[in-house]
Amino acid sequence: MKILNRRDLLKGAGALVAGATLPISLVEMAFADSSLNFTFAYISDSHIQQIKGSKFVRNWDRGLIRAVAEANLMNPRPDFIFYGGDIAQLGKKSEIDHGLDILSGLRDKVHYVMGEHDYYLDLGEHWKKRLGPDHYSFDHKGMHFVVLNSILTYDDWTYDRWKDGEERMGVMAGLDDHRGSPFMVGEKQRAWLKKDLAKVDVNTPVTVLSHSPLQKIYRGWNFWTEDAEQIQALLKPFKKVNVFYGHVHQIQYNQIGNISFHAAMATAWPWPYPQSNAKAESSLPKLTVQMNRADPFFERDATGWQYIDIHSGNATMNFSLPDNSPRTVAFNPATGRPEDVKYQHNRIPPQTHF
Amino acid sequence: MTSKTVTMVVLITAVLLMTGIQAVQADEYTSADLELWQNEYDAAVKRGRQVFTDQKLGTNGVVCAQCHPNAANTHPETYPKYQKQLGKVATMAEMINFCIMNPLEGSALALDDQRMVDMQAYITNERKGESLAPGKH
Repeated sequence: MKILNRRDLLKGAGALVAGATLPISLVEMAFADSSLNFTFAYISDSHIQQIKGSKFVRNWDRGLIRAVAEANLMNPRPDFIFYGGDIAQLGKKSEIDHGLDILSGLRDKVHYVMGEHDYYLDLGEHWKKRLGPDHYSFDHKGMHFVVLNSILTYDDWTYDRWKDGEERMGVMAGLDDHRGSPFMVGEKQRAWLKKDLAKVDVNTPVTVLSHSPLQKIYRGWNFWTEDAEQIQALLKPFKKVNVFYGHVHQIQYNQIGNISFHAAMATAWPWPYPQSNAKAESSLPKLTVQMNRADPFFERDATGWQYIDIHSGNATMNFSLPDNSPRTVAFNPATGRPEDVKYQHNRIPPQTHF
Repeated sequence: MTSKTVTMVVLITAVLLMTGIQAVQADEYTSADLELWQNEYDAAVKRGRQVFTDQKLGTNGVVCAQCHPNAANTHPETYPKYQKQLGKVATMAEMINFCIMNPLEGSALALDDQRMVDMQAYITNERKGESLAPGKH
């Protein structure tokens, strides 16, 4: 399994890299036939927020601008880039357009995932107009990729409860708003997924991208997908499955049966781990070595992006973290699960959250 | 004496009388009192949640709850504590003002501003049950 270090990765980056680390996740996938190994970058959760007219929140803009700049410096080039959802904060056309303006600076093809902040104002109308379907699949170098819209919810919540889209978006945008509703992929897409996977050989590694985790972590903040078990069941026949998700703004990883799970950092801001909510029960995977506690005095801290190396259908997740050492979480064939290559058994004080 | 002064004297006398009466009953409070105190506290917590989600607290529409769902990662039980970036032991109110001035791009509140008090009521209420650990983490 090859792990690129940042110096190799951002070769030629010069002055920008000297003091900088970026919020991207880069994923490298590896195969027995090494010509099938490849890398893709993964940027997520920018939450572009309009103040008024052409004024947007500077902090969130900067996070995305930095991720785009760093991803463009990757060497070797990634095969493509995933954007993990939540371009916008309140789903406005102006926010989606402004975010896509910044993302248009990327030199590589981008595949987009729908986030709830892109959806609940106009039910994804503008997003789809700009970016196309919210669920699709494609094949790349022996791997089958599937993108799902996992942030749908019960119809009565979506259609019958709110005076307008703005109110609906406002409620869903509040992570801890108790009037929210659990995310789900839904019956229609599950039927589509079943049909899509029917034509894929079980030996083909499958990678699924969704905005919410396709596992149940903490319902109070919607670190949750209501029909996660049903999706996992559809993925069960395949020998190797990777699931990448955004939404949680933090490092999380897990192994459930044949499925390796990885979360992406946000470019905008970090979120506390669910157990930091004194009133909540959560089930953060015990496997996860948490990211360092964020320093509020450094606005890019605990944000980032990632690049992913694919080897033999397994993923190595590389986190680029400003003002922190980069983190690498790789599939360990001996234990059959993703593990932090440095900290899995050697945790450091900042990884303890309260 | 002007009529204004007379009114003042009458008022002060009335207040003194009331205080005197209360002093006699200082160790006695009723369930109505308990209810009042609880209601006042609950109202402050409720207002604090509103301030915590108020897009007008700063100037850029960012709200406290955006980074701190359920006021998590605020740790009221650990203040006062040393903040290396401030180079001193600080109170939670000072950190609240840091957040208002930076991520929210607003102006600091007076430490006795009603919104500041209400926010602390909300934040502390969300961490109810955690042991006091001033100076820690």
